[in-house]
Amino acid sequence: MTAGLDPLRLTAREARRLLVEGELAASELTKTYLDQIERVEDRVHAFILVTADNAAKYATEIDQEAGATRGALAGLPTAIKDNMVTEGVTTTCGSRILANYQPVYTATAVRRIWGDHIVMLGKSNLDEFAMGSSTENSAFGATHNPWDLGTVPGGSSGGSAAAVAAGEALWALGSDTGGSIRQPAALCGIVGMKPTYGLVSRYGLVAFASSLDQIGPLTRSVYDCAMLLRRIAGDDPCDSTSVALPAPIELPSAERLDGVHFGIPTEYLAAGIEPGVMARFEQTVSLIEELGGTCVEISLPHTEYALPAYYIIAPAEASANLARYDGVRYGYRSPHADDLTEMYEVTRAEGFGPEVKRRIMIGTYALSSGYYDAYYGQAQRVRTLVRRDFDTAFAQVDLIVSPTSPTVAFGMGTRTADPLAMYMSDICTLPVNLAGLPAISIPCGLAGHLPVGFQIIGPAYSENRILAAAHALEGAIGFDAVPTFRAAEAGS
Amino acid sequence: MSAWEPVIGLEVHVELDTATKMFCGCAVTKGEPPNTHTCPVCLAHPGALPVVNERAVEYAVRIALALGCEVRPRSVFHRKNYFYPDLPKAYQISQYDEPLAVGGSFTYWVGDERLVCRINRVHMEEDAAKLVHAGGEAGRIAGSDYSLVDFNRGGTPLIEIVSEPDIPSPEAAREFLQQLRNLVVGLGVSECNMEEGQIRWDANISVRPAGSDGLGTRTELKNMNSFRFLQQALESEVPRQIAVLEAGGTIDQETLHFDPDTGATTPLRSKEEAHDYRYFPEPDLVPLLADPDWVEQVRRELPELPAARVERFMTQYGLSRYDAAVIGGGVAMARFYEDLVAAGTEPKLAANWTMGEYAAHLNATGLEPGHGHVTAERLAALLRLVADGTVSGTAAKQAFALIVSERAEPGEVIERHDLGQVSDAAALRRVVAAVVADHPAQVEQFRGGKEQVAGFFVGQVMKATQGKANPRLVDELVRAALAEGRPA
Repeated sequence: MTAGLDPLRLTAREARRLLVEGELAASELTKTYLDQIERVEDRVHAFILVTADNAAKYATEIDQEAGATRGALAGLPTAIKDNMVTEGVTTTCGSRILANYQPVYTATAVRRIWGDHIVMLGKSNLDEFAMGSSTENSAFGATHNPWDLGTVPGGSSGGSAAAVAAGEALWALGSDTGGSIRQPAALCGIVGMKPTYGLVSRYGLVAFASSLDQIGPLTRSVYDCAMLLRRIAGDDPCDSTSVALPAPIELPSAERLDGVHFGIPTEYLAAGIEPGVMARFEQTVSLIEELGGTCVEISLPHTEYALPAYYIIAPAEASANLARYDGVRYGYRSPHADDLTEMYEVTRAEGFGPEVKRRIMIGTYALSSGYYDAYYGQAQRVRTLVRRDFDTAFAQVDLIVSPTSPTVAFGMGTRTADPLAMYMSDICTLPVNLAGLPAISIPCGLAGHLPVGFQIIGPAYSENRILAAAHALEGAIGFDAVPTFRAAEAGS
Repeated sequence: MSAWEPVIGLEVHVELDTATKMFCGCAVTKGEPPNTHTCPVCLAHPGALPVVNERAVEYAVRIALALGCEVRPRSVFHRKNYFYPDLPKAYQISQYDEPLAVGGSFTYWVGDERLVCRINRVHMEEDAAKLVHAGGEAGRIAGSDYSLVDFNRGGTPLIEIVSEPDIPSPEAAREFLQQLRNLVVGLGVSECNMEEGQIRWDANISVRPAGSDGLGTRTELKNMNSFRFLQQALESEVPRQIAVLEAGGTIDQETLHFDPDTGATTPLRSKEEAHDYRYFPEPDLVPLLADPDWVEQVRRELPELPAARVERFMTQYGLSRYDAAVIGGGVAMARFYEDLVAAGTEPKLAANWTMGEYAAHLNATGLEPGHGHVTAERLAALLRLVADGTVSGTAAKQAFALIVSERAEPGEVIERHDLGQVSDAAALRRVVAAVVADHPAQVEQFRGGKEQVAGFFVGQVMKATQGKANPRLVDELVRAALAEGRPA
């Protein structure tokens, strides 16, 4: 291990300090992570592509630059979820249909941190087209949870979460459509934040469900989360749905929660929360009160309809978003076809995996003439009600808290045969996407040998309020466990 | 035998002449090498997002306002889903149940008959890419070996104007389109170039018992861009439908192809017609909000519309409706005419020359009004020489042709080719005397009271002077000569 650095514990804040004060070279820092990748990647499989040579070369260049020209994140080794396009670096979205796709441009969020001179270590694994909650749906193999290699890391940003947890990256970018940052962050014992819809440009994020997708950070601390978020946030002329920041993202320092009112939605706790998760959640709630905050029960009455509404809207948008993968202009084209229509059909049949096909079919059906109003129209009305639930709640409380996931990491393969059980993983997170709100997941302890996530949800554009509360709680929780790379049990 | 009347509706697509495409920064171009104006957005690369072209919205609002539509304060883009190689996203961003503008009308003329067609809506969308079918006959897809896609056109801003089925005849459909094209060109939003397909349309057609209010089953003629073929197609389709109905049959709702060679319509791809476009709101775009103040500003800045200009030409210049429509229908011709009048030409004379020699000259050369050597000032100079008697009308027409062919000034050609009018009374009197002497029989007729024979003598004098004699003076001299020796 280079210079005695522990990649399982090092934060970006500390790494940045070491770099700025000249105690550490960017090349050493990057080598620390590349070494860790070398050591654990064959067990974790967090990456689809590791760009080791480019990373090492670029880190060396940063060392040679004068300090004044270094960007705000210069030299910090980063994993990028492989659904953000990176010019000249293969971007697969976890799908065979894009297996060899070379993007001709770079996603705005990535371009921004490249401009800050971060070092990209590689492209992290994900469920194909970000559709899944376990990172088992990747065409390039599943990612394993570094806390227990027999369990999943969550998903769809499971590669990003596992990479950060396993010390294979200092931090990572992920995307969250129904919980895809927060749930894997929870299952891997790290911090993950989904910003307000529109806060981070989606330009260059391969679309799954356009009205729900949002890019965000996966980090080892709340402070790091703010560090990364403030560099990727902000409006973008290339994304009409992006918004200007009402106020800059601040680096959090709060240690108390005096006068902050928290709401606990009773509907979320009714959703089959595991006892171990519930215990950690209740413990964290009592910490809130010790820090001077108050907690009251609130109601989000339309919660039970959020899941079905989500599984209409997201597949409907996906069915159109994924129609462009037709083998004509880029990506995979099947050689087993004699005419145009057959080429479309066979290319898509061979290029997409089963979960993607399931959602395309659900979405196509939901938008069909004669069914539109009963499905898509109704789901949009439910979405409005879910949003109103939150509006009503935020008239009473400052923030809402819940477990991030009803369970800890589950065994690999245990839910793949039952899509509905898999969809339940996101029951506490996806209403937040329907409402377009920001939310963070922070680790709040272990249940058995596996981490538990604690979710804090705020009103639109309340990132600073969420980060401050999360920072105070993080300090009080004092979570300091690290993954053990426990081997999968025989036969599991 | 019952009488039937046609009911025709049109959906007109107009490509806008904006600098850039509807949803990306690529240039809108003509005749550039294929696939040289593309980007991740218009090629539908993963992750690319559309951004609305503000100028295209302004142009669309101009069209909507010129058609008297209500511009809705909030409109929504939808995705229209279908697979085809010319549509890289496999959906077209269009507008559906919340279009840009609704509820206008378009006034047009068929001869002296004023017709009003209600406009259902005006909406915005993006054009598809261009397919080039290779290896078959005449670029048709049938029989071609393969097809190539040119994405330069893909994403060009497109406006769809949907009429109500208010158009009563094939001829009216043609007039509607020609006059609508004039309107759009005059608004400065599109050249509506026919060859390049900048304006094209679908027509739907049905027939019903004359005077009834119901609508029969309609057929559709898709993607046409020739006024003449449209009229021919409709003139073939109307009797076909009437014949089917009179034979007790029913009309199938289908899309037809018109073959200009046979002059007949034939059904097209009826199986593929069962499209379900699965429209839903485009989540990558926020609703389009049209600020009412801005809309009013666009309205104030609208140029004079053709219908108003035709009325003005009738009152201001005393032109007939027909002349005013021919000259005032298109903005370029109207401008040329008004320049001609402003340069001192008497309005009626200016109208005759604009519609006569000048229009023929444009037809022959393919020039647009106001372009080429014959400027309004040059033509006005020639017509001043007609008005002051320097040249006759007949000689002026010869002079016009010479001005064009020699790229010369009116005064020069008249002098060089000796086209000046002879107004020398003494010289003409000698010619008149000779003609009178040569035609004693006609002189007898005149003196017998048949006064119109005077015209014969004038003609003979003009012939003898190769048209250069001042006709008014000749007329005077002929009558004087014939009156001599007439019994009192």
